[in-house]
Amino acid sequence: MSVLAQQIVLGLLIGGLYGLAAAGLSLVFGVLKVLDVAHGELIMLGGYGAFWLFALLGWDPFASLLVVIPGSLLLGAVLYAVLFGFVVRAGEEARIKNSLLVGFGLALALHALAVRLWTADDRSITTSYGGAVLTVGDLSIPVIRLLSLLVALALIVSLHLLLARWRWGKAIRATAEDWQAALLTGIDVRRAYLLAFAIGTALAGAAGTLVSVGYSISPSMGLEWTLKALIVVVLAGLGSMLGTFVAGLFLGVAEALSAAAFGGPYREVVGLVIFVVVLVLRPRGLFGR
Amino acid sequence: MSLRIAASERAWTLAILAGFAALAPLPLLVRRDDVLNFVLLVLLSITMAQSWNIIAGYAGQVNLGHAAFFGLGALTARTLWIGGAPVVLAMAAGALVATAFALLIGAAAFRLRGAYFAIGTLALGEILRTTVGNVLPEISTLPAATIGAYRLSQRYYLALALAALSVIAVAALAGSRLGLGMQAIREDEGAAEASGVAALSLKLRALALSTGLAGAAGGLFAYYHISYYPSHPFAPHWTFEALLMTFIGGVGTLQGPVLGAVLYVFLKEYLTVRWVDFHLLIFGVLFIAIVLIFPGGLVQAAEGARRRLTRRPGRTT
Repeated sequence: MSVLAQQIVLGLLIGGLYGLAAAGLSLVFGVLKVLDVAHGELIMLGGYGAFWLFALLGWDPFASLLVVIPGSLLLGAVLYAVLFGFVVRAGEEARIKNSLLVGFGLALALHALAVRLWTADDRSITTSYGGAVLTVGDLSIPVIRLLSLLVALALIVSLHLLLARWRWGKAIRATAEDWQAALLTGIDVRRAYLLAFAIGTALAGAAGTLVSVGYSISPSMGLEWTLKALIVVVLAGLGSMLGTFVAGLFLGVAEALSAAAFGGPYREVVGLVIFVVVLVLRPRGLFGR
Repeated sequence: MSLRIAASERAWTLAILAGFAALAPLPLLVRRDDVLNFVLLVLLSITMAQSWNIIAGYAGQVNLGHAAFFGLGALTARTLWIGGAPVVLAMAAGALVATAFALLIGAAAFRLRGAYFAIGTLALGEILRTTVGNVLPEISTLPAATIGAYRLSQRYYLALALAALSVIAVAALAGSRLGLGMQAIREDEGAAEASGVAALSLKLRALALSTGLAGAAGGLFAYYHISYYPSHPFAPHWTFEALLMTFIGGVGTLQGPVLGAVLYVFLKEYLTVRWVDFHLLIFGVLFIAIVLIFPGGLVQAAEGARRRLTRRPGRTT
């Protein structure tokens, strides 16, 4: 029993990162109506950013978020300016299909670039406090993963507040709701798109940083993380960042349970099966409007 | 389906088949295995690209789980062939299993439209890959006696036949009632249905044809490789490569996937000597440019250049 409880705790810890990874994708998908399948590669870049700040300058990975997040924000703005800004000019159906293809090309290119620059090896950040474990009853909780979960939660809550309170946050939500109506009320829709894409990329960068601490990163992690984020987005539906975070936790626990029931190698399968089933039965997601 | 090929496709069909015919005596002329292996890789790529082109290019359904069908074909054919079945029968069985699986999941998968179909099939492919990797984790190697009797030229001729079959299939499809129906669905599914096209049935037929070819190609892969992990042919890069070749050549055309496959394999071989995976950087960027600037790929770009050179009013195709 305690083994199962331990599995569930570990599932919750990784689930928080799934939630954070999915929040960025969900924001971009909901606002721009584009499906950026290079999201996993953006996570990968964030991970390498933190890794090199640690390896070369000795920065603590949580402190390096202060650089990785603005850096990713900037990267997102550039990617929007040179790629996705063109994609959003198309009509609804062509837009989503083109974005899928452009994202796919970007994913390939970023993956190849990362292999070229940093080799295909798995890497992870080992901090001095990396081995610390918190023991609660029978459960042992790796401190660094717990910290990552808390940071992820803090980022999600700030995003939620940003979208709820900030002037441009409201503009982004209005654009997501109905961009034509938003345009008529005087909102600069293009700028809302740009902001949403940049924030989405920043969330990916933050997620990558947290992945590089408690887990490991490699150039080929992109597809796996894109799929995780997609699964969570489909589960949560669009529109609620807190709902997305909860769905992330749910996926983490579901994976842990299926690993316990069918053996470790099947942990990847359960999420994908849930994904396909939800997609076919309820294309708008569980919590979605 | 009658084998009538529309005039617009006829010249290209003949040119490509003439190219294949010219490649036929290669095993007799060239003794170097590396040349034969390279041409075989081009031919396998043409088959994969052309099979993907049927579902994505003609019927407009971006199937990102294509590797699953290639893998199923490989798994079936390998099992039967090592079990003693003649290889052609084993490959046919591989094609059948791939098609049967496609029809099994087709009705559910086609509830999804556009990008949702794409990500749904991507997930499906990954489910199969992970499951096969878990159930069959051991590498599959041919028995020593079979390795002793291995003749590369037999694989080569099968690859040539399969590539020719895929080109003929697309050529026959392009101008046929079936193919036109598929293209109508690609352009506007609602409008196609309103004008009497049975969309679901046609999409299923496109999927069956496409996955059948992919399954046969998988069978060839199983016959060709001495040892590989059973989950390897399920890997998403088989889908991604077919997609890249098709888009870069010209999606929804007969000659596009052939040109794309040739270019892709050449560049990949040339670049991999110096930099592993570097071709993917070039193709990734090229692919983005194609999607944003020349959605019709090299075929469209060449057409545009030709029109500009001849400076005559363009003929609409």
